[in-house]
Amino acid sequence: MGKTTAEKIFASHLVDEPFSGTKVLRLDVVMCHEITTPIAIADLMARGKDRVFDPDKIKAVIDHVTPSKDSKTATQAKMLRDWARRHAIKDFFDIGQNGVCHALFPEKGYIRPGYTVIMGDSHTCTHGAFGAFAAGVGTTDLEVGILKGVCAFREPKSIRVNLNGTLPKGVYAKDAILFVIGQLGVNGATDRVIEFRGPVVDAMTMESRMTLCNMAIEAGGTSGICMPDMVTVEYLWPFIQNEYASKEAALAEFCKWCSDDNAVYDRVLDFDLTAIEPIVTFGYKPDQVKPVSEIAGSPVDQVYLGSCTNGRLEDLRIAAKILKGRKIAASVRGILSPATPKIYKDAMAEGLIDIFMEAGFCVTNPTCGACLGMSNGVLAEGEVCASTTNRNFMGRMGKGGMVHLMSPATSAATAIEGVIADPRKYL
Amino acid sequence: MKQFGGPALFLDRSDINTDEIIPAKYLTEITKEDLKPYILEDLKLPGFDPKGNKTLNARVIVSRANFGCGSSREHAPWVFEVNGITAVIAESFARIFRQNMFNCGMAAIELPKDKIDLLFAYSSCADASVSVDVEKQTLTISGGGKEESLSFEVSPFDKALVLAGGWVDYADGKY
Repeated sequence: MGKTTAEKIFASHLVDEPFSGTKVLRLDVVMCHEITTPIAIADLMARGKDRVFDPDKIKAVIDHVTPSKDSKTATQAKMLRDWARRHAIKDFFDIGQNGVCHALFPEKGYIRPGYTVIMGDSHTCTHGAFGAFAAGVGTTDLEVGILKGVCAFREPKSIRVNLNGTLPKGVYAKDAILFVIGQLGVNGATDRVIEFRGPVVDAMTMESRMTLCNMAIEAGGTSGICMPDMVTVEYLWPFIQNEYASKEAALAEFCKWCSDDNAVYDRVLDFDLTAIEPIVTFGYKPDQVKPVSEIAGSPVDQVYLGSCTNGRLEDLRIAAKILKGRKIAASVRGILSPATPKIYKDAMAEGLIDIFMEAGFCVTNPTCGACLGMSNGVLAEGEVCASTTNRNFMGRMGKGGMVHLMSPATSAATAIEGVIADPRKYL
Repeated sequence: MKQFGGPALFLDRSDINTDEIIPAKYLTEITKEDLKPYILEDLKLPGFDPKGNKTLNARVIVSRANFGCGSSREHAPWVFEVNGITAVIAESFARIFRQNMFNCGMAAIELPKDKIDLLFAYSSCADASVSVDVEKQTLTISGGGKEESLSFEVSPFDKALVLAGGWVDYADGKY
């Protein structure tokens, strides 16, 4: 019987199976940010266990609220900063170098096919785009990860989602994942790994695959996962060129992690995306989705472009193409948060930042910002935001506020019109 | 073996998310105790008052499917813990929330829909109360002069975490 990628990673990282169905895995990377880690640090100190299992395998960033907005967030940042120094964690990113964790860490080349990765952040599933098993965990799991380099998981079952056909013009990875979540439902993949397969995924860039895997959690999935291929090798090549004789050699090594043809899945779902429209959420759950044509004209107060879902250079390029030479509606506030300093710099070099600013956008520093209602663009009671983020829970971006999730293209068209708008007419 | 129980709070909706349990703006707190006043602050449910006596007296929550979906924030179980709620019974849980509960030595008990319906039949009783025995994998609900016992499934690992008082002590002793 063949194995899925997740099963191969579990088998190769197994430390213990204390009970049937529970696998304790060795971790390759433990990621930390300033919201969920300080309380783990404080607890470890209180227990007299202020240790780290391996400083080289811990990556840390201040990203959710940066620069600090008040004394409490300054304290959180200080706790993470002091801890990173105390334990010689060299891959620590503070202001000036910091960006949204799930954009920054892949950009640094920290994730490889076959890796096990945890972080105290639900969107850690993003890193599955590299053929890794990457899962969000709570602070206690994070604490044990920091201390012992292990984490416990249930036996992974996988749902194979085949994305067939080709994406039509104006439809992107974000539309594809919103469509899939609409089909699976918000708990359709609980305790499952969603394996994204098919010609649509094969044709995607790593940035698009990260967008796809980022939202696996919104269907309840433990992780999303894509098969490593030459696209993966090309993305990682600057970081691995000293380890492999050629790209082909790296590919051969990476492909060992691909699911076997005769692997067994919990479910196999086939979707043909050739005829889908851009997708927008309504309501307060990410599975409440509509084609843009059914919701176009609905008013918004703010457009937010950024986050670990859609704050990458590819996303900025897509939106800028629509915004070039145009102005956003006077009734709308536009906010752009490039996800990392590199993305910000590259966007400046390409003239994208100029396009956004000419159109009337406010450009912030790289940060998670308004996505979870903590800083940089929180909504007032009753306000509506068109957002490229990943979660539309009631009050998510501010008490009493509402969020429509959409692609960067749809958000750009919406900014221009001041109401939800179809991006295809601008392409 | 740790036992859980006391007055029950019934939250009759699926997909209650972590933002509703504890909004992100309170994630700047760095002690569990500071979260206490904000329990379920953003949960909009007919007849539900997050500051009301039913919430404050509750020791057990009974709810529907996919409880605790959304964020990985362990602040969600913690805000229950510091308010004395150490067990949540639901049709199903989001994975991270469920694990966070057991990792803290608390209980997230899954029951099939018909048994959850049976528990909800007690929701109109002012004195509805649930006791949970994780060791024996049984729970008893009482109210309005009636009482019923049910059995439930819990993974041996999660049971061991409850016994150990949480994952940190369990793991540091073993790995």
